[in-house]
Amino acid sequence: MIQYKMHLLVCGGTGCRASESEQLFHNLKNEIIEKGLETEVQVITTGCFGFCEKGPIVKVLPDNTFYTQVKPEDAIEIIAEHIIKGRRVTRLLYVNPETEEHVADSKHMGFYRKQLRIALRNCGFIDPENIEEYIARDGYAALAKCLTEMTPAQVIEEMKKSGLRGRGGGGFPTGLKWEITSKSQADQKYVVCNADEGDPGAFMDRSILEGDPHSIIEAMAICGYCIGATKGVVYIRAEYPLAVERLKIAMKQSREFGLLGKDIFGTGFDFEIDIRYGAGAFVCGEETALIHSMEGLRGEPTIKPPFPSVSGYLEKPTNVNNVETFANVPVIINKGAEWFASIGSEKSKGTKVFALAGKINNVGLIEVPMGTTLRDIIFEIGGGIKDGKKFKAVQTGGPSGGCLTEKHLDIQIDFDSLTAAGSMMGSGGMIVMDEDDCMVSIAKFYLDFTVEESCGKCSPCRIGNKRLNEMLEKICEGKGTMKDLDLLRNLSHVIKDTSLCGLGQTSPNPVLSTMDNFYHEYLAHIVDHKCPSGQCKALLQYIIEAENCVGCTACARNCPVNAISGERKGIHIIDQTTCIKCGACLEKCKFNAVFIK
Amino acid sequence: MANIKISEQKVLQIEAICKEFNNEKGELINVLHRTQSLLGYLPAEVQEIISKNLNCSVAHVYGVVTFYSFFTMIPKGEFPISVCMGTACYVRGAEKVLDEFKRILNVPVGQTTPDGKFSLSCLRCVGACGLAPVVLVGEKVYGRVSPDGVKDIIKEYRQG
Repeated sequence: MIQYKMHLLVCGGTGCRASESEQLFHNLKNEIIEKGLETEVQVITTGCFGFCEKGPIVKVLPDNTFYTQVKPEDAIEIIAEHIIKGRRVTRLLYVNPETEEHVADSKHMGFYRKQLRIALRNCGFIDPENIEEYIARDGYAALAKCLTEMTPAQVIEEMKKSGLRGRGGGGFPTGLKWEITSKSQADQKYVVCNADEGDPGAFMDRSILEGDPHSIIEAMAICGYCIGATKGVVYIRAEYPLAVERLKIAMKQSREFGLLGKDIFGTGFDFEIDIRYGAGAFVCGEETALIHSMEGLRGEPTIKPPFPSVSGYLEKPTNVNNVETFANVPVIINKGAEWFASIGSEKSKGTKVFALAGKINNVGLIEVPMGTTLRDIIFEIGGGIKDGKKFKAVQTGGPSGGCLTEKHLDIQIDFDSLTAAGSMMGSGGMIVMDEDDCMVSIAKFYLDFTVEESCGKCSPCRIGNKRLNEMLEKICEGKGTMKDLDLLRNLSHVIKDTSLCGLGQTSPNPVLSTMDNFYHEYLAHIVDHKCPSGQCKALLQYIIEAENCVGCTACARNCPVNAISGERKGIHIIDQTTCIKCGACLEKCKFNAVFIK
Repeated sequence: MANIKISEQKVLQIEAICKEFNNEKGELINVLHRTQSLLGYLPAEVQEIISKNLNCSVAHVYGVVTFYSFFTMIPKGEFPISVCMGTACYVRGAEKVLDEFKRILNVPVGQTTPDGKFSLSCLRCVGACGLAPVVLVGEKVYGRVSPDGVKDIIKEYRQG
C-alpha cells in the first residue's frame, strides 16, 4: 500500500457536484499526474462536508487546509502553489465575515467549532467507495465485537444504556425497539432501514448514505444479530441515484470481504441486504405505510397494534430504523454506551444532525450535541441571517413541526423541549426565516404539501387538511374573517386528535404554532387586509409614484397584461383590476417610481 | 382505453421486465420503476399489460401508479424541467421562478409543451439547499436561479 504524504479530499455530495466538483476532481487528478506526484499525493472524492453554502469544498491533509468555492480551473493553482511550493492559496480560503480574516483550518471556523460529528464522523473524511478506508476508521470492528464477544441480549442492553432514540422523528428508544422485536417468535424476521427521506429541506440521510454507506450496512447487520433476522432491506428514495449507487458499491465490497452474506466472521451468522425503491410519498416515512410500499402496495398506514415488531413486512416481525439512527450504532458499540450517554441532554442522548437552510448565511448539514441552543445553531454555526436582515422564525421538524421565534432561541433543543415549545424534532430540517417571510403563507405552504401527500385513507387528514388549506388561502387573499380563525384552531385540534397516523396527527402543527406566535400577522391579513411582509400577492398593490415617473414607458412595454397606461413622457398609471402583480414594472423601472403598497 | 398503440417489441420488453421479477405481484413497484425508465411514462395500456403479467387487477396497478408522485401517465418532454419546491427553495423564492417557467412555457405544472420539448414539474428537495432555489433540467442542476435567469435556461435548450 502506498503511503501518501498528502491527501486532497474533494466533496462529492449532491450540492457540490451540482457546482462541478466532479470536473474539479478530474482536473486535480490530471494535474497531479502531470507533475509526477501520483505516488505522493492522493486525490479522493468524499461525502458531504456539510458546509454546502461555500461548496465545492476541497480539504488538504495533513495541514487541514479548507478551501471553499473551488472552481475546476483552480486545480492548477492549488497543485502549483500549495502542493509543490507549500504555500496556501489565500483567495480560496474561508473569510471570517466578522474579522474579514482568512481562516485556513476548518477547526477554527464558526461553522465547525461547536459541532460534534458522530453520525457524520466519516462524511467528508473517507472515500465512500473504498471499504478499506472505512475499515481503517474502525469500520466493522463493532460488528466483529458483537458477533464474537457479545450475546444479542448484551448488545441490546448496551443500546438501551446508551439512551439512543430514533432519529427519524418519533424519538422512540432504539434499544427497546430492538428488544421487543427480538422477543417476537417467527421463522423469519426483517431489519428495515428507512431511507425514504421525505421532509422537504432535510437531506442528512442522503448525505450519510452518500458519504458513509458502510456504517449503515454494519449497523443493520448488528441489528439483525440482535433481533434474530438474517435479512435486511434498505427502503430508499428513487430520487437519490448517487446514494443508491454508493450503497450498491458498498454492499458489493462488504460481500467480497465476507462482511455481508453467509457465515460472517466465521461465526455462523448470515445476513443479506436488499434494496427497495420508494416512489415519492411522504407518508411512507410512517413505518406501516413504508412496509406496505415495500410489499408493492399503495403506501397507506394501518392501525397499530399490531406493531411491525410483531407483524410487519410480509407479516413477519420487522424492525424499522432510520438511517441516522443506524449511523450511531457502530460508534456506540465501539466506544461504549456510557461514552454516548455522557453526550447530550438528560433525556436525549448523543447528537443530532440538522439540515440548516433558508435565509441563513451558512447553509449546510450540521451535527451538534443534543441540548445545544437554537441561538448557537443559528447565529454561531449558521453565521446569522442573510443580508443582515432580522431573524423572524425558525421552522423545525418539516411539515410536522412548528415555527419557533426569538423567545425560543435559548431553548436547549432535544426531543422533549421542542415538543413542549409546540414544534418537534422531526427528521432534523431547520429552515430559518427573516422579516420578509409571511407566516400565514408559510403555514399555507406546509398545508399545500400535506394536502398533496395525505394518502387519503382517513377522513380527518384527507378532508380536514384540505379545509384548513382553503381557509388559509382565503386569509392570504384578504377574504378571511375572524370566525375563520376560531375554525382554524378547532379543526386543527380535531385533525390532530383523530387522524390515523403521524402525518395527520402532526400536520396542523405549522398552523397552530404560527397562530400562537404570529397571531398579529393573521389579524393584519383579516382586519387590515394587509400582508405585513408583502408576500401575499392578492394583498399587494403596485403603484406608480407620479413625482418620480418620467414617462419612459419601460413599465408599460414590459407589462404582460397591458395594465399600464400613459403617454410617452407623461405619468403612467397601473389599472389595479387588470394587474396580475407579477412585479415586472418594479423590476424594469429605473427611476424608482414603482412601489408596493 | 388510451389510444396510443405501443409496438410489439415494447410489449415484449415489458413482459420481460415482469418475468425478471418472477411475475410477482409484490414486485409491482420495482416493475413500474423499470418500465417507466424504459418508456418514460406509464400509459393505461402499459398498466394493462403489467396487470395481466403480475396477475392482479388493472385497478390495483392504477392505484399504485397514481399514489406515488414519481410515476407519471403523461409523457415527459425531451427536456424535463423540475423546480424544487422544498422549504429551503421556497423561502428563497422558488415560487417566483416556477411562475416564470409557467409564463414563458405557457404550460401548467405537470404538463408538457405541445412541441414535446419541455415538461414542467415540481419536486421536493433535491438536497442542494445551499444552492437554493434549485432547478433541474434532466439531471443537470441549476443553482441560485432567479426569475430573470429562467429565460436563459430555456434558451440554452431551445437552441441546442
